[in-house]
Amino acid sequence: MDKAAIIGVGMTAVEANKATDTFADMAWEAVNKALEDAGMTLNDIDNIVTTSNDFWDGRTISCMAVSDASGARSKNVSCVEGDGAFGAFYGLTRVLSGSYGTTLVTAHSKGSESISSLITNAAFDPIYDRALGMDIITACALQANAYMSRTGTTAEQLARVSVKNHGNACQNPLAQLPMTLTVNDVLDSEMIADPLHKLDCSPVSDACCAVIIANEERAAGCREAPVWIKGAAFCSDAFFLGDRDLSRAPALTQAAKKAFDMAGIERPADDIDVVELYDAFTYQELMWLEAMGFCEDAQAGKKLENGEFDRNGTLPVNPSGGLLSGHPVIAAGLIRMAEIVKQLRGDAGACQIAGARRGVAHGANGLCGQSHCVWVLEK
Amino acid sequence: MGKKRVAIVGTGQTYHKSHRPDVNGQELINEAVQRALTDAELTIGDIDAIVIGNMDHFEGINYVDCWSVDGSGGTMKPIIKLTTGGTTGSTLAIGGYHMVASGMFEKVLIIGWEKNSESDTTGAITTAFDPIWDRLVFAGAISGLAAEAQAYMAKYGATEIDGARVSVRDRKHACNNPHAQLRKEVTIEEVLESPMLADPIHLLDVCPRTDGACAVIMASEDVAETITGTPDWIWATANRHKYTYLGDVNWGELDSIAEASREIYAKVGIREPRKEIDVIELYQPYSFAGIIWIEDLGIVPRGKGAEYIHSGATDMGGELPVNPSGGVIACNPIGATGLIRCAEAALQVMGKAGDRQVPDVNLAISTGFGGCMWTDILLHGKEKPDF
Amino acid sequence: MAEMEHIIIESGEASQPFNYAVGLHGSKFFQELRDNRRILGTKCPACGKVFVPPRRVCGECFVEMNEFVEVGPGGTIGTFTILRYAFIDPETGEQKPVPYGYGFIRFDGADTLFQHYIDIDDEAKVKIGARVEPVFSEERKGTIKDILYFRITD
Repeated sequence: MDKAAIIGVGMTAVEANKATDTFADMAWEAVNKALEDAGMTLNDIDNIVTTSNDFWDGRTISCMAVSDASGARSKNVSCVEGDGAFGAFYGLTRVLSGSYGTTLVTAHSKGSESISSLITNAAFDPIYDRALGMDIITACALQANAYMSRTGTTAEQLARVSVKNHGNACQNPLAQLPMTLTVNDVLDSEMIADPLHKLDCSPVSDACCAVIIANEERAAGCREAPVWIKGAAFCSDAFFLGDRDLSRAPALTQAAKKAFDMAGIERPADDIDVVELYDAFTYQELMWLEAMGFCEDAQAGKKLENGEFDRNGTLPVNPSGGLLSGHPVIAAGLIRMAEIVKQLRGDAGACQIAGARRGVAHGANGLCGQSHCVWVLEK
Repeated sequence: MGKKRVAIVGTGQTYHKSHRPDVNGQELINEAVQRALTDAELTIGDIDAIVIGNMDHFEGINYVDCWSVDGSGGTMKPIIKLTTGGTTGSTLAIGGYHMVASGMFEKVLIIGWEKNSESDTTGAITTAFDPIWDRLVFAGAISGLAAEAQAYMAKYGATEIDGARVSVRDRKHACNNPHAQLRKEVTIEEVLESPMLADPIHLLDVCPRTDGACAVIMASEDVAETITGTPDWIWATANRHKYTYLGDVNWGELDSIAEASREIYAKVGIREPRKEIDVIELYQPYSFAGIIWIEDLGIVPRGKGAEYIHSGATDMGGELPVNPSGGVIACNPIGATGLIRCAEAALQVMGKAGDRQVPDVNLAISTGFGGCMWTDILLHGKEKPDF
Repeated sequence: MAEMEHIIIESGEASQPFNYAVGLHGSKFFQELRDNRRILGTKCPACGKVFVPPRRVCGECFVEMNEFVEVGPGGTIGTFTILRYAFIDPETGEQKPVPYGYGFIRFDGADTLFQHYIDIDDEAKVKIGARVEPVFSEERKGTIKDILYFRITD
C-alpha cells in the first residue's frame, strides 16, 4: 500500500441531545476543527466523503443535509452509508487511486431525533424477522448469551468493561457519560434484555467527526506529524442471525488479519500500544479483542479482570471511554480513529497512554457486528 | 500496490419491469450478479470486494448492504455501501473505480438495484429533501424537474414539442434494448396528449417506476486484459453534488453537469466534445433534460439544444447518439439507473451492445443524476489511457 | 404440486417519528415569521449573497453567516410548476389535494429562491417574473405553514 496518513481530526462533543444543532451545524464544527488541526483551509481539500445513514437521519438522501457545511459545493464528493470507519476506507482509496491528494471524511448522526428501536428494527428482514419486533439491543442480547455460554465469560466480567470505560471517560471532556461505577452498580442497573443491564449498553447519542487523509506528498504540508495508515481492511459476515455463529466474529478476524498483515504485525498484543474498538455493549469489547487476536479465545474476561486492558495495563483498550460512554452511531468508528490519532500524536490530554506509537481503531456495521473495519495506525 | 488503471470487464442486468413480485430484493440482485459474472467468465470467488447501493427508503430496509449478502455474494467479503439518491448508480461506479485504482482490490463487483414497486416512490423521494424547508410543497422528482423546464422554456423559447421529440427518440431506442422496461414507440402527439403531471411535464415525458438491478465488474490493469479481450477503460470520473436546498438551484441550467464535464474534458484534453465523444448514456429522467443538459455538457451552445435534437443528430445513426439503450425514460430502477448508464456505455465500448450498438465507439460518457440537481460523470474509453 | 403463489408481505402503516432540529438560524427565521410576519435571510460576508432560507454556512464561500437581513415580503416567481397528479404526501399519509401551484419565490433582496405554494386561481397569471406576496396565517406557530401561500399581485 502506498503511504497515506491521517493529518487532521476534529469532532464535536458527544451528547445525548444537541437540540440546537442541525446535522449541518455539527458538520461545520467538526470539519473546521479538522482543517484547523491540519493547518489547512478548504482549498487544500481535494475531495470529500461524507458518511451518514438515511434511516437514522429521517431523510432519504441523508448526505444532502451536510453538503454545503462540509465544503462539498464545488468539489468531487461521495457518501458512504455505514459506520464512519468504512467511510474513511473509501476516502483512503480515493487518495490511493491517485485521483486526489487529500480526502476530507466526515461521519454524523443524531440519535436524539428518532426512536432508536424503530430505526434498528428496520435493519431486520421485512419478510421473516421484522414482525418479531426486535431491535439492536435484543439482537445483541442474543449474541451476548451465545458468547457467554460458549466462552464462560461472566456477567461480572461484562460489568467490569462498563466500569473501566465509564471511568476512562472521566478523563475525556468530549465524552457524554463519565461515571465512577462499581461492578455491583452495573449488575444492579435495570435489566434491559437478558443478560444486558442498562449499564452494559451504550446510549444513543449525537455527534459528528471529521478526519483528513492525505498521500505522502500532501502529508508533508500539515501542521502536526502525520499518523501513517499501515493497514486497513473490512469484511462482512452473513446476515440472518440464524446463519451465523453469533458467539464468534469471523468477519472481524478476517479483517483484522488482513490489516495486521498489511502492517507487518504478527503479534498484535505485543506490537500494538492502544486500541479503540466498537464497544456498543460490554460483551462486545471482550468478543472483539479475542476475534482480532489480541488474546486467546475466551480469555478476554480474565485478562480484563487482571487489569491488562486498563489505562495503565499492558494493552489499554478504549482509554477515551469508548461507545459505552457515548454512542453516536455512524460517527462512532471514525471517532475511534480520531482518538487513536490523538493518542499516537501525544495529543490525548488526560486520556493519554504514555509512549503510544502504534494503535488499532475499529468500527462495526449492521446487526450484532455483522461487518467490521479495522485500521492499524502508526506514528 | 499503487495506482492502477481500471477497466470494466463484465456487466449484467435484470430484464427490468414495473413489478417483479416473483423475486425478493436479494434474488433480484442475484440475477444481475450472476449475469455479470457469466459475462466476465468469473466466479464469485474471484471477487475481492463488493460495492452496493440503493435508496434505502424505497425498500424500507436499514443497513441494506448487510441485509443483501445472500444476493450479492458478499458473505465473508468486504462490502461497502454508497448511496447518494438518484446518483447512487454512478456514485457506485465511481466508487468501484477508486477501490480498484487504489490497488487495494483487484476485481470489484459493483451492484445497483431498486425494487420501486415495494413502496411509494414519490413519498420516498420527497423525504430526501429538507424536512423543515423543502418538503411542504415538493412533490417528488417531477416537481423540481418541471420547475427546471419552466425556467429553461421561459429563457430560450423551447416548447413542449421539443421535449416530446426527446421522448420519441428514447422510446424508439429502447425497442433495441431487451433489458428496457418500456419497449413501445411513442409519437409526439401521444406524448402531448398524455396526462399532464406538472406543467409542462406529461406522463410520457417522464421515467416510469421500475424494479431492476445492474452489476458491473471492474478489474485492475494487472488482470483486465486476461479477463476480456475488450475491456472498457475508465478514463476519468468527476462529479458535483452542488446544492443543499432546492431554492439554491440555478434553475434552467444544470450547473453540476457543466462543472463536472469541464473537469473531465480538462483532465483528458477534450476540446470539442461534440466531435470527440462517440456516444452518451445520459441519466435523463425527463424529456426536457435531453435538450438542456446537452448544452451544459458543451455539446451545443446555449439555446441550441432543441435544434440539435430535431436534426436527428442524437438518434441512432446520427452524429452523436444519446441513450441508445432508451435511457431513463424507458426504464428507471432508481438505485440501479446510474449504474445501468455505466454498463450501457461499457457495452458500447466493448462492442457488446447488440442491436443498440453504435459503430466505432472510442470514447463514451455515462452520467448519473439525482438529489438537488446533482451529477456524476464517467468517461469510458476503448484504448488503455496513458495516465 | 400446487401452483406457486407470489406472496407479498405488507408492512402496514410504518411510521418513524422524528424531531428535526432547526438550528439557530432557521429558528430565528421562524420566530420573526411567527411574531412579526417578517422574512429574514442571512448575508454572506464574503460574496454578499443573501440566502433564504437562512442558514449558517455560505456553500460557495465556506464561510459562516451571522448577519440577518430582512427581505421581501414581496417578490417574484423565479420558477414554478402546477402539480396535477395525485400522490400521497409522506408527511401526512394522505393524498395531496391537486392541482396546486409549486413556486420558487425570489423575495425582494434575496439571491436564492424560497419554495412555497402559489395561488393558481388564475393560471394564466402564473408566470416566471410575476410579482407575488405572501398570505400569512392568522394563527402562526413558527413553521413554514405560517405562510399559507403566495398570491400574484400583478
